[in-house]
Amino acid sequence: MGNHSDGSPNHSGTVATAGQNEVEKFQDPGIPPHRLRLADTDPKAAKRAERQVALLFGSSVVGTLIFLVAYFAIDLGDDTSIATIRLQNALLGIGTAFAMLGIGTGIVHWAKALMPDHEVSEERHAIRTEEDRLAAVRIVDDIVEETGIKRRPLIRNTLLGAVALAPLPALAVFGDLGPRPDNTLAHTMWAPQDGKLKRLTRDPDGTPIKAADVTIGSAFHVIPEGLNELHEGKLNEKAKAVVLLMRLNPESLNPSPGRENWGYNGIVAYSKICTHVGCPVALYEQQTHHLLCPCHQSTFDLTQECKVIFGPASRPLPQLPIAVDSEGYLVATSDFKEPVGPSYWERDEHERNRNA
Amino acid sequence: MSATATPDAPAFVAKTKGGRITNFVDERVGGSGILREFGRKVFPDHWSFMFGEVALYSFVILLLSGTFLTFFFDPSMAETRYAGSYMPLKNVEMSVAYSSSLNISFDVRGGLFMRQVHHWSALLFVASVSVHMLRVFFTGAFRKPREMNWVVGGVLLILSMAAGFTGYSLPDDLLSGNGLRIIDGVIKSIPVIGTYISFFLFGGEFPGTAIIGRLYMLHILLVPALILLMIVMHLFMVVVHKHTQYPGPGRNDGNVVGYPLGPVYAAKAGGFFFIVFGVIALMAGFFTINPIWNYGPYDPSPVSAGTQPDWYIGFVDGALRLMPGIIGDWKVEQIWFGHVFTFNVLLPALVPAGIIFTVLFTYPWIERWITKDTREHHVLDRPRNAPTRTAIGMAGFVWYCVMWAAAGSDLIATHFHVSLNDVTYWLRALFFVGPVIAFVVTKRIALALQRKDREIALHGRETGRIVRLPHGEFIEVHAPLDEYKRYKLVGFESPSPLPAEPNANGVVDSKEKRRAKLSRWFFEDRVAPATPAELAAAHGHGDHEAIESGETQKTLSH
Repeated sequence: MGNHSDGSPNHSGTVATAGQNEVEKFQDPGIPPHRLRLADTDPKAAKRAERQVALLFGSSVVGTLIFLVAYFAIDLGDDTSIATIRLQNALLGIGTAFAMLGIGTGIVHWAKALMPDHEVSEERHAIRTEEDRLAAVRIVDDIVEETGIKRRPLIRNTLLGAVALAPLPALAVFGDLGPRPDNTLAHTMWAPQDGKLKRLTRDPDGTPIKAADVTIGSAFHVIPEGLNELHEGKLNEKAKAVVLLMRLNPESLNPSPGRENWGYNGIVAYSKICTHVGCPVALYEQQTHHLLCPCHQSTFDLTQECKVIFGPASRPLPQLPIAVDSEGYLVATSDFKEPVGPSYWERDEHERNRNA
Repeated sequence: MSATATPDAPAFVAKTKGGRITNFVDERVGGSGILREFGRKVFPDHWSFMFGEVALYSFVILLLSGTFLTFFFDPSMAETRYAGSYMPLKNVEMSVAYSSSLNISFDVRGGLFMRQVHHWSALLFVASVSVHMLRVFFTGAFRKPREMNWVVGGVLLILSMAAGFTGYSLPDDLLSGNGLRIIDGVIKSIPVIGTYISFFLFGGEFPGTAIIGRLYMLHILLVPALILLMIVMHLFMVVVHKHTQYPGPGRNDGNVVGYPLGPVYAAKAGGFFFIVFGVIALMAGFFTINPIWNYGPYDPSPVSAGTQPDWYIGFVDGALRLMPGIIGDWKVEQIWFGHVFTFNVLLPALVPAGIIFTVLFTYPWIERWITKDTREHHVLDRPRNAPTRTAIGMAGFVWYCVMWAAAGSDLIATHFHVSLNDVTYWLRALFFVGPVIAFVVTKRIALALQRKDREIALHGRETGRIVRLPHGEFIEVHAPLDEYKRYKLVGFESPSPLPAEPNANGVVDSKEKRRAKLSRWFFEDRVAPATPAELAAAHGHGDHEAIESGETQKTLSH
């Protein structure tokens, strides 16, 4: 044939098996003799198989009926209990399962028991002939030659340049998918508004928290005052502003210089947004004073200003400086001193700008 | 030429009803040629060929159930108060998307069932694509001429994960919202453009009000269209190449042995669709998947412990968990030139997945380069007969599984009452050691199985019958194999290392030397198949009587 790779074992081109072909190999004995099934020899068995197939098809009909009954007999009203819905769901499942499995197993049983099961062998044909390939190569060469693209580099190069630039508008039209990132990521609702300090309020009802309510060992999920009254972008603000408030024995806190008055009487507030990829660090281990992120298990130590002691986070949780106002409520004395949440390319720049 | 039938050449009259219909269609649109080609086309049969079918069928079920869901789902992130029939969430503020997902579950009859069918078949779809690819890898079905179809399969795997993830996020419940939050964190870790991509994807800051609508469009239009396109290409190439077959008597690279498409194969494959559908329906009816009503609407503040992504995203999530953020006192997150390089997120999110898919896509070419095997292969390798490839596959598989297990590190810790930190430390060690152990162990097992095959081919199978010979010696009778069974054990190629060869200029370049080294690594441990000469020698050893008596025994036991 002259075709080096048509797959036939005797004509294969490169043989990777050095030395293999010199050794005598077992001869292929060919397809094993066909063994008759019971249904091929015994008419009774064939009849039995026929009845079994019919029975399976019959069970499919039953399944369809179950589905229809479950669908129409169980009506969902305003007072439907979850148990009713579960029941209906289970019956719809059983009905569909019977309807489908009945048909499926019936057909397969039919095929396996009654349809001829003689294995047959078919020749594989070459995917393409050598002649076709030579012709194709020649045609491609001719086409390239006739365009003259090789002889006229000016045309080729300008075309390449044009084609390379042409998709740019297609990219540009996606430029309005979102606003350009600005420094909004570095700011939260905690910044005092018109000189008025924001109170710490409970998540989710928004009631303010008195310092006296925070007993040692307790923890509060906190949102800023006014968050619930926002109409636009409430979740965006909440995603940055949520805070965990805890009270420890003041001796076990070791505030670094400059942070001494960020807490009040052992009460400290830290951003709840993990510095890893932004899950809420919602688990507080009261005994060890550890905060644990349930998503990727980053662990922060409250007694070391939420330094990372385990897990994939690299930075401590940002601390919210707090104090008590004249009515005894906890307030934030300023916004966070750094952007909260996961790191991003411009984060360090934003942090420097904030503290400049 | 197109003259109508003249009286001397009467028009063809079919004798059966089926024949008349075939003739009717053929006279109008043609196509009997196609039927002639495919009607009796031979398909090899093996249980492991079903995984691809499961994938195809679960995709069909996804399209059917997904279409139903689109009639009721509203991808809006506008705020609303829930007014449906699920009491615990009555009057709770939530997005329209979440509210409509609840309505599908509780107020549309059969809606919950459809949601469950959709979610279960999605999980099954990705699973069957993955298992199918493992089958193709371990049997060497990716070899010439099927390399391109292997690549299409890899693209399908990525697309199936994309389809799964975009769909997972749509209900806008707490769990999926946290998933998006993690995606946002990962995107933000990308140097230079990360923040831009995040803002463009979410239409501003996370979570914004655009993301669900955008994912919805990707989920119901773009991704499924691409999957459909890839499936068409995939099946087209299967037809061009014809199916591979397992090795055995009568099978070689020049033929295809199996059942004709009509009726047996078509019946089995067609019936199998209904079986897949039935099993999915059973799961949907009895096993709750993604009970979004338990999670509540997305809110950036709460999260429940033990949260898990859908299984196929697990390996990335696990890698994120395994990466330490601080090594000693050295922060993995680095600030260079005033910019943040979030290596503690970037590396685990991109590197393992990158390595897995790069190796996956290039493996057919890597192996072909090492072995210089440019022949077409239509007969599969039994995994044991390609020990190094099987070992490479298992190393990758174990690596994947370690990361996947890491995604459940907290659940492992709570279920087995061990320390969460210890689980992580062990998995970190296994991340590096596991693939190496898997490689060595798998290769040894494969070689041992080959030796066992050889022994069985030469000495027959153990019958368990102990015979005492006249001089007092006890022997176990071995029954010889018939020639068909023996051929299955000996009819394979066992290539030996291919030494470096000089190129056209008569020079052995360094690349060729590297190739030769890899070839040695690939093939140096080999068990050659038994030869007829060896079989004759084995018989000459005096086992002959025993074999003879074994044969008698075999006949009697019938």
